[in-house]
Amino acid sequence: MRAPSAVGPPLRDPAAGRRVGLAVTAAILLWPLLVLAEFEPWRLFDASHLAVMAGFLGGFLPPVVTAEFLALLVRATLETLAIATAGIALAFVIAAPLAALATRSLSIARIGPGPGLRSGVALRTVVRGLLTLLRAIPEIVWALLFVRALGLGPGAGVLALAVTYGGMLGKVYAEILESGDTRPARALLEAGSSRLGAFFYALVPAAAQELASYTVYRWECAVRASVVMGFVGAGGLGQLMDQSMKMLNGGEASSVLLVFLGLVVVADLLSALIRRVLA
Amino acid sequence: MSLALEGVGFTHANGERAVAGVSLTLAGGERVAVVGPSGAGKTTLLRVLGTSLKPGEGTVRVLDEDPWRLGASALRSLRARIGVVHQAPPIPPRLRLVTAVLAGRLGRWSAWQALASLASPRDVAGAHEALARLDLADRLFDRCDRLSGGQLQRVGIARVLYQQPDLLLADEPVSALDPTLADAAVGVLVAESEDRGATLVSSLHAVDLALKWFPRLVGMRAGAIVFDLPTHAVTSEMLRELYAAEGGVLPVQGIALGGAADAGTLAQAPLVAPLCR
Repeated sequence: MRAPSAVGPPLRDPAAGRRVGLAVTAAILLWPLLVLAEFEPWRLFDASHLAVMAGFLGGFLPPVVTAEFLALLVRATLETLAIATAGIALAFVIAAPLAALATRSLSIARIGPGPGLRSGVALRTVVRGLLTLLRAIPEIVWALLFVRALGLGPGAGVLALAVTYGGMLGKVYAEILESGDTRPARALLEAGSSRLGAFFYALVPAAAQELASYTVYRWECAVRASVVMGFVGAGGLGQLMDQSMKMLNGGEASSVLLVFLGLVVVADLLSALIRRVLA
Repeated sequence: MSLALEGVGFTHANGERAVAGVSLTLAGGERVAVVGPSGAGKTTLLRVLGTSLKPGEGTVRVLDEDPWRLGASALRSLRARIGVVHQAPPIPPRLRLVTAVLAGRLGRWSAWQALASLASPRDVAGAHEALARLDLADRLFDRCDRLSGGQLQRVGIARVLYQQPDLLLADEPVSALDPTLADAAVGVLVAESEDRGATLVSSLHAVDLALKWFPRLVGMRAGAIVFDLPTHAVTSEMLRELYAAEGGVLPVQGIALGGAADAGTLAQAPLVAPLCR
């Protein structure tokens, strides 16, 4: 090639200054946030605090493994799994079409740009707004609402998960579909394909692994969330834990926690398996 | 079914000027090769013809339509009649060959037909036939990530054959193929254009392929058309000048040129020397 000349581009990385600036700004913004959040981890190690925590944790040992409690535990575990799975399945039904509407990768008008660009942008903005609304309200709030409407039990938990997680899955799906290789979809749109065709023949196959792994991760989160919702009466392990804690039975609570640990490990294995199948 | 560009200019978002003042007219069924050094604007020219870029200046007519005056659905129908062979085949690795090829007709299928074909391929025979023309029939139900780069590039060609477009655009369609296969693949594109009367515009890195298969040559450099001539009127001087920035060495595929010379389509004598280097 040619030797660098005086008129050529300078050899200094033009992005370097911006990067340093961003890092400094982030640090300046983070400091007051930590102060505001009363982030003082060293206080954990005061002698008095340590004693309180030790006493609390001591009550958790040993875990309760009586046949009677185990039967309750198995039933609650199945209930939690059912809530999480049904909730994610419904959330998926909400999220998939909304993500297809919200993703820029399926915009035909952006090619060129051609006719209908403005209405497309408006539609995507509205759908993104809807997704934000769905996930902005925490599932525990939805659960409180649905418990009042449907009464105590898993049904309220399923609906609460479906709404919040529908919003989360939809947003992240839309972003995964934009961040992967979008050329296959664009090539199909440029050959006159419908958006649905480009979605199923190009976008989804290109991103299947990432979509699946995120969905399984969300299922894992749903298991945890369904536990929290159990505290407000939406059934499952949470309700059981709530009862144990109220009766100050730490042994039972720790049995429940061990089941959580098991479920998270199972979710991890499941995710790895699905990724391997899709690889 | 003609194409016409009139004073077309296109500037990328980063301010880089890709083509300027390009005028080009093609009759329906004509076959043209675009040659020139890298960065000459060949890809941009093809993308303007393929209605994937809207030029900032000038007018475009593709298959007798002004694409940028059409409504959304008319533009979609027009695009369904344009088939593009991309240099990097835009095919997700997880797709099976049969699905990748059938996707060529998505522009003509209803959404329902497209979905149903994912469950059970709609036209296995058609996909098989298109792949057979590129010597890949035995891989019909293989996944695309099991293919080499050259094989995948041929799947991209098979998809466009299956699409049966009226306008065939090919952007370096054989860049990943060895000389024999490259020659055969360009031959398939040319035969498709001849059989169905489809217009074919292909950019080619290898000048010898362009000389052998195309009756008309467009030379581009620095975003402009330098020459636009019947192939027999193109001299080795013109070609060497076109590639002057690359040391005047003509990029070739290394195919045997005997057949083309017999056909009498080009003034062979002055060309052989630079081509055989």
